[in-house]
Amino acid sequence: MTSIEAQGDKHRAERQAEAHGDQHDDGHDHGSVRSYLTGFILSVILTAIPFAIVMAGGFESRFLTAVVVVGMAIVQILVHMVYFLHMNTRSDEGWTMMALIFTVVILVIVLSGSLWVMYNMNTNMMPQMNHEALGLGS
Amino acid sequence: MSTATQTAPGDFWEVEPHHHHEGASTSIGFWIYLMSDCLMFAVLFAVFGVLGGSYAAGPGPKDLFDLELVALNTAFLLLSSITYGFAMLAMVKENTRGTLMWLGITLVFGLLFLAVEIYEFQHLIHLGAGPQRSAFLSAFFALVGTHGLHVAFGCLWLVTLMIQIRQRGLIPANRRRLACLSMFWHFLDVIWIGVFTFVYLLGMI
Repeated sequence: MTSIEAQGDKHRAERQAEAHGDQHDDGHDHGSVRSYLTGFILSVILTAIPFAIVMAGGFESRFLTAVVVVGMAIVQILVHMVYFLHMNTRSDEGWTMMALIFTVVILVIVLSGSLWVMYNMNTNMMPQMNHEALGLGS
Repeated sequence: MSTATQTAPGDFWEVEPHHHHEGASTSIGFWIYLMSDCLMFAVLFAVFGVLGGSYAAGPGPKDLFDLELVALNTAFLLLSSITYGFAMLAMVKENTRGTLMWLGITLVFGLLFLAVEIYEFQHLIHLGAGPQRSAFLSAFFALVGTHGLHVAFGCLWLVTLMIQIRQRGLIPANRRRLACLSMFWHFLDVIWIGVFTFVYLLGMI
């Protein structure tokens, strides 16, 4: 057997091992007490801070308050994904992650698109279209 | 040497068909359902984002919302998430009694969450701030109500599973169902993060 053939056999064996590998046993990460507690403590902190900020009246700038609150929410969603939902790039050969990425893309388009279009509809509407100003409003 | 350049069938595809055991694709299927549910919530969030400022000269978030109540509800849901996690850990250790106990605690937190939310809703309706009052309140009730409905069905599912585990034990089918409900329950907690941030906290700033 030539060395090239031997290499080919080795690669083939590796590929088949990958294809037949983990997915046949349970393959899911159930986490541990430690990982759940880590996720829980991080979530408590990431919930308590924005609530405390808003209850105390927020910062001087409303924009800054909003950015901090939304930032904490995004971090907390990631914490939940990792520690509670056990998201990773390996489960179901990466298809869970692909479905998630696809959903996030659609989600961003729906949210930003709706807000953008409806904001422009609101501000660029011609004055005579305003029924309340004409006394036609209910 | 000529054989080395030819490719054997097993190089690029699997020659032997391999069989998946029953339920092997359940978790990915259920995940795709959750993602479609997520898109439904995205639409409700978008509606709230567009209509959230249309008070129709009625009450706004600052007149209506009680952040302490929302914080209490958030705590209930977060606690139920971790107790469900402990139920899953007990399941992995084949501990049927432990699984049932943690599921029971999860159910209690889920029901407490629903009780507080129903109290909040009936309080708002009592104040005359029902879903028909303004576009803001319609969007609010649609979004928060849909989430509450999900929690209610999650509780129903939890009771069903507890009965099944009591009758049949931790058989593979029940383990699979527990894993699905685990995803569902944690997913609802993720949605709630969006709700308390965008509806309650940003409304109160």
